[in-house]
Amino acid sequence: MQYLLSVIDDGTSVNTPAEEAAIDAFNDELRAAGQWVFAGGLAGPDMATVVDNRGGGAMVTDGPFVESKEHVIGFWIAEAPDLDVALRLAAGGSKACNRKVEVRPFL
Amino acid sequence: MSVGDAITRAHREEWARVVAALARRFGDLDVAEEAAAEAFATAVERWPADGVPPNPGAWLTTTATRKAIDRIRRESRRDGKEREAQTMYDDPPAPPSVIDDERLRLLFTCCHPALAMEARVALTLRLVGGLTVAEIARAFLVQEAAMGRRITRAKAKIAATRIPYRVPSAEELPGRVSGLLAVLYLVFNEGYLATGPGTDPVRPDLTAEAIRLARLVRVLLPADGEVAGLLALMLLTDARRTARVSATGDLVPLDEQDRRSWDPDLIAEGHRLVRERLSAGVAPGRYQLLAAINAVHTSARDARDTDWSQVVALYDQLVRLDPSPIVALNRAVAVAELDGPEVALATVDRLADRLAGYRAFHAVRADLLRRLDRSPEAAAAYDRAIGLAGNTAETAYLMRRRADLTG
Repeated sequence: MQYLLSVIDDGTSVNTPAEEAAIDAFNDELRAAGQWVFAGGLAGPDMATVVDNRGGGAMVTDGPFVESKEHVIGFWIAEAPDLDVALRLAAGGSKACNRKVEVRPFL
Repeated sequence: MSVGDAITRAHREEWARVVAALARRFGDLDVAEEAAAEAFATAVERWPADGVPPNPGAWLTTTATRKAIDRIRRESRRDGKEREAQTMYDDPPAPPSVIDDERLRLLFTCCHPALAMEARVALTLRLVGGLTVAEIARAFLVQEAAMGRRITRAKAKIAATRIPYRVPSAEELPGRVSGLLAVLYLVFNEGYLATGPGTDPVRPDLTAEAIRLARLVRVLLPADGEVAGLLALMLLTDARRTARVSATGDLVPLDEQDRRSWDPDLIAEGHRLVRERLSAGVAPGRYQLLAAINAVHTSARDARDTDWSQVVALYDQLVRLDPSPIVALNRAVAVAELDGPEVALATVDRLADRLAGYRAFHAVRADLLRRLDRSPEAAAAYDRAIGLAGNTAETAYLMRRRADLTG
């Protein structure tokens, strides 16, 4: 089973070198345990562009689809047999990147 | 024993076992719950004519298993998965020691921290307690349909996110046990100080259910001090239930209760558990300390004989574990008996900014001001407490006290 671990950011800080190193170490642990699927960091919501092609003729607008104080700034996709294992991974990820992490299963 | 009694008893004793066995076997709480309910419905139909089977639990588990397989076959015929259901049917039944373990698994699944507190309470009462959705809805003053949705949603989250059906690992266990005990304590407190206008002030169905579940957890985790502590706390609190509400529906405070009407068996059992924990020589947790405080109260034949220095000493320990203002407030109540209301009031007033919206804060303050003959201030504090009170007996008590103020 795969889980999406989203890193929640409130835009008040950038990663410190220590956090970067901790994230690298955490990624290595995921790979070593065979739980790594994918991970990545994202640019902030001010870099977002929204495309809406539902009505024919793609509408392009600047900005995130919803303005909020917190947003997703990165994520892991991890392999875990159940939620308890996924929550343990999320706890490790949260500690490494010093941010909250939301856990959701893939369907 | 009549057939009706036999069915009631089987429901009380076997429901959780049947649900747990089916949940393990089929890995699906929905299937387990529905099949268990169908099996009990079949018992209601069949036992009066066929007689009560010699082993009701085994009969119910077998019947429920058949119902579950029927349902899975019906559904799998649609989905083309019949072979899978057949494989599960051939599993040998679990030996008895594993069954106890299964009930524990079921409890931990229902009380998983990924579920909202209200969902944990509802699921525990339904799947472990065997209460109907209608009963749970009534207990928490929620529409039956809304309670049904809450339970359905919680089961859906368990399935979709794959909340595991197992006893947590040793490193997770302490945190998860305390989460489980919090659910039971919440059920108990809702029964003991029921909220909402028009509700009975005490809901013995809920207190009894919480005690029954705590006893079960105690059987399953006999070495856990906090489990023993919570059970003792519930027993020693529940022992005073009948003395706690007067014939006219007022709450009767501890010092005015008729101690002869306390339940001596519950007190003896609670004291035994507290003594057991004392002799264990392990630093007590929150529930053990609260149980010990209640043991001091229930050891005094008369309110005047209460060993208040012991109560304050226990609260001092509790404050170190739990620095919440509510614990500090309760400690102040004991301090008032030991050092007088003036000392206590100074402590209570320091909690004002954190507890201004809390009923008990104003009730305690009102009582201290009354004892200091500061009637106008006491009246104002009673008014605040009455405005915040949710329990009918407590409101009646506060209004009587306010009316008794002189000057």
